[in-house]
Amino acid sequence: MGEIIVVTSGKGGVGKTTTSASLACGFAKRGKKTAVVDFDIGLRNLDLIMGCERRVVYDFVNVINGDCSLKQALIKDKRFDNLSVLAASQTKDKDALTQEGVAKVIDDLKAEFDIVICDSPAGIERGAFYAMYFADRAVVVVNPEVSSVRDSDRVLGIMSSKSRRAEQGQSPVKEHLLLTRYSPERVEKGDMMSVADVEEILGVKVIGVIPEAPEVLSASNSGVPVILDETADAGQAYADAVARLLGEDRPLRFTEPRRKGFFQRMFGG
Amino acid sequence: MGLFDLFRSRPKNTAKLAKERLLIIVAQERGTEKGPDYLPLLKRELLEVIRKYVNVDPDAVMVNVQREGDQEVLELSVTLPDKE
Ligand SMILES: Nc1ncnc2c1ncn2[C@@H]1O[C@H](COP(=O)(O)OP(=O)(O)O)[C@@H](O)[C@H]1O
Ligand SMILES: [Mg+2]
Repeated sequence: MGEIIVVTSGKGGVGKTTTSASLACGFAKRGKKTAVVDFDIGLRNLDLIMGCERRVVYDFVNVINGDCSLKQALIKDKRFDNLSVLAASQTKDKDALTQEGVAKVIDDLKAEFDIVICDSPAGIERGAFYAMYFADRAVVVVNPEVSSVRDSDRVLGIMSSKSRRAEQGQSPVKEHLLLTRYSPERVEKGDMMSVADVEEILGVKVIGVIPEAPEVLSASNSGVPVILDETADAGQAYADAVARLLGEDRPLRFTEPRRKGFFQRMFGG
Repeated sequence: MGLFDLFRSRPKNTAKLAKERLLIIVAQERGTEKGPDYLPLLKRELLEVIRKYVNVDPDAVMVNVQREGDQEVLELSVTLPDKE
């Protein structure tokens, strides 16, 4: 039986889809049979970040409605043959996701894959609720910024009381924070909250810290998740997060300001 | 450090401020989130009763359930408007 991991946050634009795509590639690269599911019904985007937008034929809602089989809707990644993507539907119908429908898809995926990543939409409405409802583990993506931190706390609260695990009295959803768009220089100057600050406020530990990095935009532009850019700090930070999720012990990197080297100090840069 | 630097106000540590504000608001919101189901309704009805006597803001009534050992304490606070 596979593990269901929700990537959630409450607030929009914090890096959930970027994270879902990178974690999915990271797990696949580490040999796990992985599926990544876009729950952002009406606003399909994961396909673009994964670079498979032109191969979407059927979507999540098609599977729920019985228009096609789950197998037909899963898009195989071109880079990893153990990685599949399930695209969100672009319907405007708010009720397209039903609890029984989602449950069936999730349980079928769970039987077939080692890891199932659920890319949650923003908010705490239906799509976001179902994305987290079935989770075994949660990666709460948070930016070191007031509204993002507060929304994360709301989401953590909902998860601990309303998830399937909570309702069925099973052991709780395993919670992790993933701090993204982190700028060590600004933390040092005192105008951005630190890793320790965010951990203390939310009472949850980080599974990774992703620096604010220009490579993330280039990665989205080209449809190649940033984790596959092994020269980028952000890519390496995501690879570390995947390793930690797999139970490995890795010290945090890219959380201290870069000290300028001798040549940079001499000649500027 | 020049003489004038002494008078220039140091840039505020806004991260610290953010953290302090968040610690407070998060603690407050957690209190209401975990409360029993009747809490919102109780709060609304209390507000209606209070408003028969004093014209308070809708957010003037704070209802919290706090756990103290094995007892639950219902904490109620009402902010009265300033006297003109
Ligand atoms: N570590 C990062 N550094 C720089 N930009 C980032 C980083 N993470 C995400 N972004 C950018 O933030 C925007 C929102 O990211 P996205 O993953 O779509 O967020 P969400 O799915 O939470 O709405 C995108 O433009 C993305 O490129
Ligand atoms: Mg998204």
